Amino acid sequence: MPTTAPTSGGAAPGLTDVTASDSALRRFLHGLPGVDAVGLEARAASLGTRSIKTTAKAYAIDLAISMVDLTTLEGADTPGKVRALGAKAVHPDPTDRGTPATAAVCVYPDMVAVAKEAVAGSDVKVASVATAFPAGRAPLSVKLADVREAVAAGADEIDMVIDRGAFLAGRYLKVYDEIVAVKEACGTDARLKVIFETGELSTYDNIRRASWLGMLAGADFIKTSTGKVAVNATPANTLLMLEAVRDFRAQTGVQVGVKPAGGIRTSKDAVKFLVLVNETAGPDWLDNHWFRFGASSLLNDLLMQRQKLATGRYSGPDYVTVD
Amino acid sequence: MSEMSDKPEKTGRLSVFKTYKLYVGGKFPRSESGRVYEVTDPKGDWLANAPLSSRKDARDAVVAARKAFGAWSGATAYNRGQILYRVAEMLEGRREQFVREVAEAEGLSKSKAAAQVDAAIDRWVWYAGWTDKIAQVVGGGNPVAGPFFNLSSPEPTGVVAVLAPQESSFLGLVSVIAPVIATGNTAVVIASEKSPLPALSLGEVLATSDLPGGVVNVLSGRTAEIAAPLAAHMDVNAIDLAGADETLAKELEIAAADNLKRVLRPQPVDDADWSAAPGIDRMTAFLETKTVWHPTGSLGASGSSY
Repeated sequence: MPTTAPTSGGAAPGLTDVTASDSALRRFLHGLPGVDAVGLEARAASLGTRSIKTTAKAYAIDLAISMVDLTTLEGADTPGKVRALGAKAVHPDPTDRGTPATAAVCVYPDMVAVAKEAVAGSDVKVASVATAFPAGRAPLSVKLADVREAVAAGADEIDMVIDRGAFLAGRYLKVYDEIVAVKEACGTDARLKVIFETGELSTYDNIRRASWLGMLAGADFIKTSTGKVAVNATPANTLLMLEAVRDFRAQTGVQVGVKPAGGIRTSKDAVKFLVLVNETAGPDWLDNHWFRFGASSLLNDLLMQRQKLATGRYSGPDYVTVD
Repeated sequence: MSEMSDKPEKTGRLSVFKTYKLYVGGKFPRSESGRVYEVTDPKGDWLANAPLSSRKDARDAVVAARKAFGAWSGATAYNRGQILYRVAEMLEGRREQFVREVAEAEGLSKSKAAAQVDAAIDRWVWYAGWTDKIAQVVGGGNPVAGPFFNLSSPEPTGVVAVLAPQESSFLGLVSVIAPVIATGNTAVVIASEKSPLPALSLGEVLATSDLPGGVVNVLSGRTAEIAAPLAAHMDVNAIDLAGADETLAKELEIAAADNLKRVLRPQPVDDADWSAAPGIDRMTAFLETKTVWHPTGSLGASGSSY
């Protein structure tokens, strides 16, 4: 598995010239092949019909649990809630210590220190949303300060939102420069996830362009959504982004991760996404270093399914945590 | 149905056969397995195909019942009573259909089937009256040796799996569903295995009776196959074994022990028994008693007792 990651913004080998100017970038992004929307949705739907049972299902559920970015992004988050979330991330099912830990907990920047303490001693990472999440409507200086604070507090991963307004207005270089600047603020330790908010990008073509833009700018992960708008991760837009990371690696040798977020609530959905990953990007991405689920309620359903497989009895919401 | 199939020859119309479907979460799905089985009358003549539910249908029904529990148990007893009465009203309007279905299912004469249906309708009315009275009968204030008000009130248990009686396809069915939902529980009902059609038609009545979707979910199929996952299900709070034979009842009772389900064992019944006065036992079987202690204040200091 290639573990190379872009070191700094714009370092994608072979593609340096496309980010030289606004017009070159626009030419490149608009030169990407158009998306066959009907074909894309049909492909995503047909991959969703795969039957995953017994041992394969057990493997998929454990893999999915290990890929969850356990998320709480509410105005009402308290240190207590974040600590509880951290404890759950480390031991998702206290009655079965064989359950894998989740990949990370995802919180607002001011909760990073609390989260860090809650997962101390485990492999669970702390991810923080930043850059004026979820709208991304703030001056660059504020966004960068947001990122630096989160990194200083110990965040291992930063989830940034792109400036959708600039993107939709066609000011691609502004978006690009912003991602590059945020990547720089992340330093060498924190991995950067770039959120496109695909529900606001209107077209599949735009999602493809945003994916390439993000990867050119040095994203370690590309992420579908904030979970704060009506349309979040769908099989089709995730498939499209998986194609983008596959093609990007083929062209540049750099592997980028994918994170669908929002709206994935059942184990069945999660397993469908894993099928998409395996069939599109390939097994190299079937690892929580390269694929994540941004979710909160998904974990409970995965745990209930896991209990069902282990005991043969259907479990219920009484046997998992409320949050 | 055999009478129906004669008619087209007389009228020249093509026969319009009914597709019997499950009733889950207020909707009428087929079995997720796609399976059906042939339902016949006691003489062995084909009546219709009924869905052959799988354990996944049972699981989906429990999810629907759980979802409906909050609102149904939180509804006022008065409101529940009105809705149960509404069920009786709707049934009255479709009396002819049910008389025909019960007659075919159980091989009864028209008049005997009509007596069964009338008794079933009356039973809905009877339980409708009980919704706001049961708390007064089995709850109340308790005298305690201290300065406290001590109040007990019955609360619904939760999701109840109900194995409907195998022989009495309609009166027996109503006699086990109505007491469960009257007190605010929600139910997953397994219809009589060989005569499920009246139960599946009852779903259509419930759907048009202001009863929120998911309060009653009706499954048809092999009782043993559907009951096993329900009895073991950790999110089912109680099970009524009315329709289980002795061997099955024992197996299910063992499976039900895991999460300490309330179990109502099959009551010894002969055929006539469903038409006897039901009493309140079937309601109290699925109630939990909540007792609240509340200080009366400093009455003790003045030597007074209230």
